Amino acid sequence: MKRTKSKTTLSGVWQVLWPKLLAIVIVVLIWEGVYWLGLRPSFVLPSPGETFRTLVAELATPRLWSAMATTLGRAIVGFSIAAVIGTALGLAVSSWRTLRLAVGSLITGLQTMPSIAWFPFAILLFGLSEQAIFFVIVLGATPSIANGLISGIDHVPPAYRKLGQVLGARGFALYRHIIFPASLPAYVSGLTQGWAFAWRSLMAGELLVIIASKPSLGETLEFARQFSNAPLLLATMIVILILGMLVDGLFSMLARQVRRRRGLLAE
Amino acid sequence: MNQPTVVDLRHVSKSYSSGSKTTEVLQNLSLAILRGEFVTVVGASGCGKSTLLQLIAGLEQPSSGTIDTKAKIAFMFQDANLLPWLTVRQNISLALRLAGVAKTDWAVRVQELIDKVRLTGWEEARPHELSGGMRHRVALARCLAQGAEIVLMDEPLGALDAMTRDHLHEEIERISREAQLTVVFVTHNMREAVRLGDRVILMASAPGRILHEEKVALVRPRVMDSPEVASLAAKLTGLLKAAGSYEKN
Ligand SMILES: Nc1ncnc2c1ncn2[C@@H]1O[C@H](COP(=O)(O)OP(=O)(O)OP(=O)(O)O)[C@@H](O)[C@H]1O
Ligand SMILES: [Mg+2]
Repeated sequence: MKRTKSKTTLSGVWQVLWPKLLAIVIVVLIWEGVYWLGLRPSFVLPSPGETFRTLVAELATPRLWSAMATTLGRAIVGFSIAAVIGTALGLAVSSWRTLRLAVGSLITGLQTMPSIAWFPFAILLFGLSEQAIFFVIVLGATPSIANGLISGIDHVPPAYRKLGQVLGARGFALYRHIIFPASLPAYVSGLTQGWAFAWRSLMAGELLVIIASKPSLGETLEFARQFSNAPLLLATMIVILILGMLVDGLFSMLARQVRRRRGLLAE
Repeated sequence: MNQPTVVDLRHVSKSYSSGSKTTEVLQNLSLAILRGEFVTVVGASGCGKSTLLQLIAGLEQPSSGTIDTKAKIAFMFQDANLLPWLTVRQNISLALRLAGVAKTDWAVRVQELIDKVRLTGWEEARPHELSGGMRHRVALARCLAQGAEIVLMDEPLGALDAMTRDHLHEEIERISREAQLTVVFVTHNMREAVRLGDRVILMASAPGRILHEEKVALVRPRVMDSPEVASLAAKLTGLLKAAGSYEKN
């Protein structure tokens, strides 16, 4: 019953890695080329080399690390609140018809709302504070999470519900053993999408709501722009990109794991 | 056998309607099943056997007529219907758990059932790693794990080789005697129906109804390929054919 891995670990890693490395090399070459053409002065568009030297130098000081910690901390807290609210909302809407009629389409509507449009209101409500940022993260991420769960529950195959009935699973037991596991793949993709919204809302928020005592990645961007520190600006953007990709990688690992266990993954 | 009726269907009809079209799947079907009885149901594909079981189990509601059941019902689905996110062991122990069996007994009971259906060594496999016949055997084990007095089985052994099937016939027969189960067993195989049943119900199709009931008086243990079983099966197949509702076998 042991499945043999189709690739050995090292060559497997290499097979996944080399196209990405090649893409990075191409991007850096293009960047270098544009820089070399001198279309923009070098204090606006620095060379890749200078940017990476800045990045390495910054990583040797605590400033960038503490900015990362603040930003990631906010992302995790905001996303967790959104996950709790979104899950509760999704459960409520999928099991209560009247509520679905009332707010079902509104939830989908909210998903189309660019989260940055919430910020003026959030700042009015909460001032230039972390609460304003959390407010917008939660509003941005909750609809996706709720919708993922709702569509997962809506699409539980009737055969599983019949099985639940036959086995005598009712109420909470039915949700715990049948409905929730059956809707897990859709729920995970709702969480993934929710994370993407949370991360974007957070970045918008940190650019608008700057709290002097708490350096963050968004604030570093704004600070670098104001002081025309282009290498720092680009270095920070690279950090934001990498963090986003890492978390996204975690979510897709989770999704693959769920699908693999059910035999839904072509190997 | 002077036993009380545990499943009582009276004038049951069932229609499905899609759009403006209504098809009558079962028509005016009456059937009383006694406690401890082993009833086998044979009929052409599409005649309404699965529908009949679903009605008895309460998974579907009759369009007219009444269905009265007097005990807990376990159900084995025609397509196995295992939960893909659980292993073989977990699929079976979920049934024990929901039947209220004490947690301390799960492990032993699950292993017993797995051994009975000859899946020892496959405990940690997931449904997608099993063959069709193996999935049916897990479903059979799960059905027995439910600890119900009435057991409805929808073609449980259709996809099995002769040796495994013979073994499972013996197991099902023995378990149903020991636990005094009432069994309704749907099959396409007339000899299997005669081999297992106290009573064989022949169903006609379009609309589904009972064509004939045959009490099987042959002594147990019976052997599927014995002349007695074969000749009764041939007679019953003849009845189905004469009614124009049996193309198979
Ligand atoms: N949910 C449904 N909606 C509409 N028609 C249905 C539905 N379920 C079953 N039918 C119809 O009812 C008839 C009987 O179906 P059923 O599954 O009971 O047959 P069966 O005797 O079990 O056949 P088989 O031996 O092939 O399993 C079929 O003609 C089928 O098309
Ligand atoms: Mg059927």
